[in-house]
Amino acid sequence: MTVPVRKFDAVIVGAGGAGLRAALQLSEAGLKTAVISKVFPTRSHTVAAQGGISASLGNVQEDKWEWHMYDTVKGSDWLGDQDAIEFMCRQAPEVVVELEHFGMPFDRLENGKIYQRPFGGHMANNGKTPVERACAAADRTGHAMLHTLYQRNVRAQTQFFVEWLALDLIRDAEGDVVGVTALEMETGEMVVFHAKAVLFATGGSGRIYAASTNAFINTGDGLGMSVRAGIPLEDMEFWQFHPTGVAGAGVLITEGVRGEGGILLNGNGERFMERYAPNAKDLASRDVVSRAMALEILEGRGCGKDKDHVLLKLDHIGPEKIMSKLPGIREIAIKFAGVDPIKDPIPVVPTCHYQMGGIPTNYKGEVVAPKDGNPEVRVNGFYAAGECACASVHGANRLGTNSLLDLVVFGKAAGNSMIDFIRNERPALKPLPANAAEFSQARLARLENQTGGEEVADVRADMQKCVQLRAGVFRNSENLARGVAEIKAIAERAKRTQIKDKSRVFNTARIEALELDNLIEVAVATLVCAEARKESRGAHAHDDFPDRHDEEWMKHTLYDGQSRQLAYKPVHTKPLSIDYIAPQKRVY
Amino acid sequence: MDELELKRMVWRSRRGLLELDLQLAGFVRDVLPTMDADGQTVYRDLLLVSDNDLLEYLNGKTVCPDTRLVPMIERIRASRRTD
Ligand SMILES: Cc1cc2nc3c(=O)[nH]c(=O)nc-3n(C[C@H](O)[C@H](O)[C@H](O)COP(=O)(O)OP(=O)(O)OC[C@H]3O[C@@H](n4cnc5c(N)ncnc54)[C@H](O)[C@@H]3O)c2cc1C
Repeated sequence: MTVPVRKFDAVIVGAGGAGLRAALQLSEAGLKTAVISKVFPTRSHTVAAQGGISASLGNVQEDKWEWHMYDTVKGSDWLGDQDAIEFMCRQAPEVVVELEHFGMPFDRLENGKIYQRPFGGHMANNGKTPVERACAAADRTGHAMLHTLYQRNVRAQTQFFVEWLALDLIRDAEGDVVGVTALEMETGEMVVFHAKAVLFATGGSGRIYAASTNAFINTGDGLGMSVRAGIPLEDMEFWQFHPTGVAGAGVLITEGVRGEGGILLNGNGERFMERYAPNAKDLASRDVVSRAMALEILEGRGCGKDKDHVLLKLDHIGPEKIMSKLPGIREIAIKFAGVDPIKDPIPVVPTCHYQMGGIPTNYKGEVVAPKDGNPEVRVNGFYAAGECACASVHGANRLGTNSLLDLVVFGKAAGNSMIDFIRNERPALKPLPANAAEFSQARLARLENQTGGEEVADVRADMQKCVQLRAGVFRNSENLARGVAEIKAIAERAKRTQIKDKSRVFNTARIEALELDNLIEVAVATLVCAEARKESRGAHAHDDFPDRHDEEWMKHTLYDGQSRQLAYKPVHTKPLSIDYIAPQKRVY
Repeated sequence: MDELELKRMVWRSRRGLLELDLQLAGFVRDVLPTMDADGQTVYRDLLLVSDNDLLEYLNGKTVCPDTRLVPMIERIRASRRTD
């Protein structure tokens, strides 16, 4: 069967903040750019970001990019690459002001400058005192970013392919990336997108966990496609848990709530964060807070009849501030927890929130993979940015608001790298391999013809339970080893999923089966990587190895999905211009 | 609404916000097919609303200015959350 081919200079998979920022760069440079998205661009998961975007603008209090960098390195628990972190923190003021000029409606101070508020982990003077660094557009920062960037892209004539599901990456015999296959939901037809350069900006994979703040679309498609194309994944053991997901629902209560004065209480009514983080208290970084909460619950000091959550109290900050600064939070609490935070505290639990690992890139957004003994050789024509990528700026733990920043900094940087590559190295399309669509066709045919298999929803639920139980906030050797065995067995079942509805057009069951192929790759990667890392660092808290072990473990994990083997590569310890920030104990 | 349109509605009920997924997934699967053509058309139009606005309407924080959509919003609000 012949598959139609569409040709572009650049193809971007994903229309969240990262994909749109990159697309804008490319389209404005006059390149023919396609953006493929499985949902309408402004319904990408970036729309969920409420808390804000960080930049050391210093509009409220003195701030410097060096302090932002220090916080990010410390937050990463010294696993972040310091060249990439310097690049991001230095670029931050510029890219945020650029967004402002694009028309993004940031909250303002009386003097007209962008309003900034304090946020967990944002400190002045290298970790000394909290500083206002988060810029926000009410509690709709992500929404405002998407709308602003989408409008600009329409103006710049980016071509959007909306409700198209990218299936697989196309690499030629030399390993260069020359396109992707994608399925148009409206027709059920597959098309080959032939491109000089491809960017993945497919977002996170939080749906591998049973308790997750992520929308249903966050299925790690870019990671699955990479694994199937022989690209390794980096640092997949590191998942950030948001401390405050509404118990039982997963819906997020933004960290801004604690920035504005909300505090956590255990079953004894104690403000327990004072014990775990005497300085930052409730504003300590996410993993510190999540771990403290998990410990309180584990040690019997939880709340409620099952003592399975803690409480987030904010009645003391007053109804006016709750209404003006945190308008969305009250509704969430009423709807999903059944409490009004003006009067009563909100029940919360640590909930999977953000994926630190992903497709390995350098700070230019170029995908890099090991080759001939060099751990970081550029994969020609392949780029990644945003949550699906690992630059690595977040290392073992991301600071709140650094993700939106990551999207625009590395979306833009990747766009620029692609422009260079297309102009200087790939002025013409490289030929497609003869069998460009065969692999994807075989996957679709498998689903079409499968008999005697299992329901997608059942396999997915078992995967989510396994990952939650074995690779959650608390980890130990026994649990992880069991998890590896269990998830491998579940992965076998995922190969035989069956769908009843075999129709072609807008077949959500078929899409969910294809998404599960991606989720399961991420789930296996997570357990295999986590089981191997015998230390505690950032979000990877290992009960049997409670300390960070820099000599042996200050290195990035690389997971090869085809062999399920691991390799490691060094952390970049040379910033671009300043001195190395040497490891210290990470206390808040 | 024909079967194809209903299927389109199922996919378009996948949103950027978990809160909406939690409220719409069950509704579109269980309730929408039982509604009359007018009701289904209203639901289709409701899905054109941006995620943050839709969430505010469903949370009762603001009232949807399009009065045609209001009964549908109330109906979804009254239905139980399903995942
Ligand atoms: C509830 C919540 C609140 C958050 N708040 C903040 C915050 O305040 N500050 C902050 O910095 N970070 C925040 N984050 C994190 C941040 O929002 C995300 O990391 C970020 O938005 C991810 O953006 P992205 O561009 O990488 O991907 P996304 O916005 O997730 O977009 C992914 C895109 O890829 C497309 N896609 C995926 N797979 C396919 C496929 N197979 N085919 C076609 N298209 C595909 C999707 O359609 C979508 O357009 C928050 C996260 C959550 C869950």
